Amino acid sequence: MAELWIERLERPGLHITDLRVPGGHILCLHGPSGSGKTLLLRAIADLDPNNGQVWLGDRVRERLPAAQWRRQVIYVPPVSHWWAETVRPHAARWAEDMLAALGFERDVLDWSVRRLSTGERQRLAVLRALAREPEALLLDEPTANLDPANTEHMEKLLRDFARERQAPLLWVSHDPAQRAQVGDTEHRLVEGRLQ
Amino acid sequence: MNGGVIPLGGFELGLAASLLALAGALSWRLQMGVERRLLVAAVRAAVQLSLLGLVLQQLFHTLSPWLIAAVAGLMLAVAGYEVWSRQGRHLKGWWGYGTGMLSMLLSSVSIALITVQVILQPTPWFHPQYLIPLLGMLLGNTMTGIAVAMDTLGRETWNRQGEIEARLMLGEHAIEAIGDIRRSALRAGLIPILNSMAAAGVVSLPGMMTGQILAGGNPLQAARYQILILFLIAAGTALGTASAVLIASHRLFDKRERLRLDRLN
Repeated sequence: MAELWIERLERPGLHITDLRVPGGHILCLHGPSGSGKTLLLRAIADLDPNNGQVWLGDRVRERLPAAQWRRQVIYVPPVSHWWAETVRPHAARWAEDMLAALGFERDVLDWSVRRLSTGERQRLAVLRALAREPEALLLDEPTANLDPANTEHMEKLLRDFARERQAPLLWVSHDPAQRAQVGDTEHRLVEGRLQ
Repeated sequence: MNGGVIPLGGFELGLAASLLALAGALSWRLQMGVERRLLVAAVRAAVQLSLLGLVLQQLFHTLSPWLIAAVAGLMLAVAGYEVWSRQGRHLKGWWGYGTGMLSMLLSSVSIALITVQVILQPTPWFHPQYLIPLLGMLLGNTMTGIAVAMDTLGRETWNRQGEIEARLMLGEHAIEAIGDIRRSALRAGLIPILNSMAAAGVVSLPGMMTGQILAGGNPLQAARYQILILFLIAAGTALGTASAVLIASHRLFDKRERLRLDRLN
């Protein structure tokens, strides 16, 4: 099973010396806004310039083409952007069971993106990431816009995903109850440093 | 009919200027507020064109290849600046200026050179009577195409950052992530020349053809020259726009295929 290992990751406003998420584990991150949670997740996915080493199992990030790395370690931001007219073209193969698990009928794929609610967008954004069969996920408040029932479905889906695929999950959450519920470990980030 | 040119002097140009003054007076009376800019633009045009006339006269006289190269270089530099200044968001540093310049060098200059060497073949091949007007036409038109394309690329990339990054996050390559924007930038750059080719002779009488006819040239020959020029401009614009969009969109990402909006201003 592949461990996500972040070593001496540096960028302006962020200094992470050592952070490990074993495969199948969910590590919850929290901290005041502006503490660098999003910066950290974006840096791991190599979306912004940063220094340091990130490993997924025995693969080191810098040795993989950037696009390949990001397909394996997918960052899911709190607000999703969509580039096509309908939902379907945003993934090559949608997992039907997962659509159902988050309360969608199959016809959601033909819906116009413009007409999706914030919560629907958030659920579908996680699904389009899962549809790519990533080996690790970086989740930035994945339930921020969901009602309690959908939050519960999302938590279960992601937990099952982590266990079944033995995938490491980094999960930013403001909700202590949620962290206790889904997290195997939790860390607090303050001013770009882990405490 | 073998008319020849009716010479223009200061008096004739003065008459035309009085028409312009009338337009300025109208602007002042209706408080449109463009009279000042009208004046500046008119004076600029008059001074620039008179200087060009003087320079060309000198060039035709001496036929010095170095002088011709210097004039061509100056035209290219000014066109490069125009492209740069017409972009709302351009690449920072030398990239902003250099991308447009290089694209025009690749398109306009190379096509002008090919035309005098292969198609027109005057003696000497760099005779300014052909090279300079050709280069001027090509630069003037490719400049517009390149400026529009680069402006579209910069603006759309800036506005659609979220979309581009969403695609990168899901493991797409930079080229796929910016593909739509690249295509729309190319299209925007090519539309003016496509339109003017479609309207040529039906809606608009192209400037060069008009000029040749006014100068007493054979209308059929004038039409052929115009066709030649339109084809060259279209080829040059396509080439120039494509290279500008390619270079600029490449520069918008780094080695790790990250979108680098910090390279735009």
